[in-house]
Amino acid sequence: MRRLPLLLPALWLAVFVAAPLLVVLALSVARPDAGVPPFALPFGWNGGPVWRPNWEPFSLLVADGYYLSAFLQSAWVAGATAGLCLLLGFPMALGISRAAPRWRGPLLMAVLLPFWTGFLPRIGAWTGILRDEGWVNGLLRGLGWADAPLPLLYSNTALFLGMVHAYLPFAVLPLYASLSRLDLTLEDAAADLGATPAVVFRTVTLPLAAPGALAAFLLVFIPAAGEYVIPELLGPPEALLVGRVLWQEFFQNRDWPVAAALAVALLALLILPIRLFQRLESRR
Amino acid sequence: MALLAIAGLTKRFGAVPAVLDLDLDVAPGEFLALLGGSGSGKSTLLRLIAGFETPDEGRILLEGGDLTALPPHRRPLNMMFQSYALFPHLSVWDNIAYGLKRDGVPRTKRDARVAEILAMVGLDGFGTRMPDRLSGGQRQRVALARALVKRPRLLLLDEPLGALDANLRERTGFELRALQRCTGASFIMVTHDQQEALALADRVAVLEQGRLVQLGSPRAVYERPATRFVAGFLGAANVLDGVPDGTGGLDCPGLATTLRAASPLPPGTTACALRPERIAARAPGPNSGPGTALGPNTASGVVEDVAFRGGNSLLLVRAPGGTLLRVGHAEEDGPPPPPGTLLQLAWEDAAIVPLSG
Repeated sequence: MRRLPLLLPALWLAVFVAAPLLVVLALSVARPDAGVPPFALPFGWNGGPVWRPNWEPFSLLVADGYYLSAFLQSAWVAGATAGLCLLLGFPMALGISRAAPRWRGPLLMAVLLPFWTGFLPRIGAWTGILRDEGWVNGLLRGLGWADAPLPLLYSNTALFLGMVHAYLPFAVLPLYASLSRLDLTLEDAAADLGATPAVVFRTVTLPLAAPGALAAFLLVFIPAAGEYVIPELLGPPEALLVGRVLWQEFFQNRDWPVAAALAVALLALLILPIRLFQRLESRR
Repeated sequence: MALLAIAGLTKRFGAVPAVLDLDLDVAPGEFLALLGGSGSGKSTLLRLIAGFETPDEGRILLEGGDLTALPPHRRPLNMMFQSYALFPHLSVWDNIAYGLKRDGVPRTKRDARVAEILAMVGLDGFGTRMPDRLSGGQRQRVALARALVKRPRLLLLDEPLGALDANLRERTGFELRALQRCTGASFIMVTHDQQEALALADRVAVLEQGRLVQLGSPRAVYERPATRFVAGFLGAANVLDGVPDGTGGLDCPGLATTLRAASPLPPGTTACALRPERIAARAPGPNSGPGTALGPNTASGVVEDVAFRGGNSLLLVRAPGGTLLRVGHAEEDGPPPPPGTLLQLAWEDAAIVPLSG
């Protein structure tokens, strides 16, 4: 009876995490095959158990520079997004944590407000704002500052606008959590010992907010690395990110084993920062 | 010349004055205690001196220089915080070296100073520890070392012994006193503990509702409290109300006697303080009953309750006029009289202290 509360999450994890993961793992070592579905399983029964894994999808990932460059580009986009979110989120979180107590709740609510709108309309709205006949170009033309429309949409600018817009709350919340825990008498003590406000910030506020900043970085980086929708809707067509390559392999090339291998590789690469994050969390 | 001179200092939070028109001088090498209850303004006064609050009116001078407009980091004084405020991400050594680094003291000199102060507070070899690996007493010493390492002329201490347990408090108090003497710095200590203030300070400043109500040596403040508040706050003296009798005494109907001090009471005096331990109690003579007073500065009463307090006992004695007197009873005088005993009470003229409000 006492194990019942554990049973439910265990069952949930088994059905919705472990089982699909096993399917993806099996797929990643399957053999492409003409048929529906377009693969042959790596195991079977032929008078006894048969285990014939196909390692080609993985060797392809390593051998073909196409996939490697997709991973690198994804890491770059995710890293830059996380960095920008940190840069914008830190002053926001600091401002909220130092605001009068009755303002903190409403301000935090304002950070979370975008979640009240669906994800796709929020990203789609940027299309309306940035396209050639959109609001920004309309304004620039109306003011006479530009003759031809600026190519804003389907650029890196649009990509990062969308990414930062979508992921900023994930950075603000952990930063706020660590900054609001910070004991302000520590800053008084530093000032009393002769530190100017800038030095207080550098030697006390920043180091004590570092665990929160790392959490914020990883909470943005990890989902951003596999992001598919935002680059697809806003990013430049030549942007070659893991999410897009995965989609292409799966739906266009119908090469399920390579798509599955990509997914497994992405997961394996992201476990690294997740583990790092957990170790830092448990140390606190 | 005074090291610190405070003149007309006022700080209001909204409409409520936390510190009101306060004047105070602190001499070089002096140990001053700011004593008061919560809300007395003692902590605000300390924060005003340190620069964490800006006064609405008045000035603060240190060695003749006006501090009033200076931010905390430019004030040549240091503070030890009640919570110690040790930087949790820095080792003991780096905590102490923090202020020296801000002053640009070169590395070798810095290290020598940190080592010297660590030895001074008895924490040799603790330099590499992180603050969360120290006991409460050790943290207190690190905080003290960090505040002293820049050799300030003036050190502010906010309840320096408040977070220590009772055993450690007395010993640390003596150590604090010794450190103050050997550094020659002036200490201003905020405390709500009267024993601490009386034991450590050269002078005690008693604050009430943002005002300085009495300033003097511990003995003077204890023996000659100026006001009803000071008499009640320090050592819980009996406050006796009465009516001037026209000859320099005070008729006290609550005790059915007349109070007389060594010299005639100032005109207009309506209350006097009398310390419990200054009252002598004895069994009544054969021809005295309840209500008979044998002249001024005597009274009788019935013991209502007895509290044993270690070295002595405290009797609560009800006088026939209705006043409840706190009377001290020394252990060497034998066991205290049980409740219900009729006692004859008497005290010397010198024990009567007129109160001014």
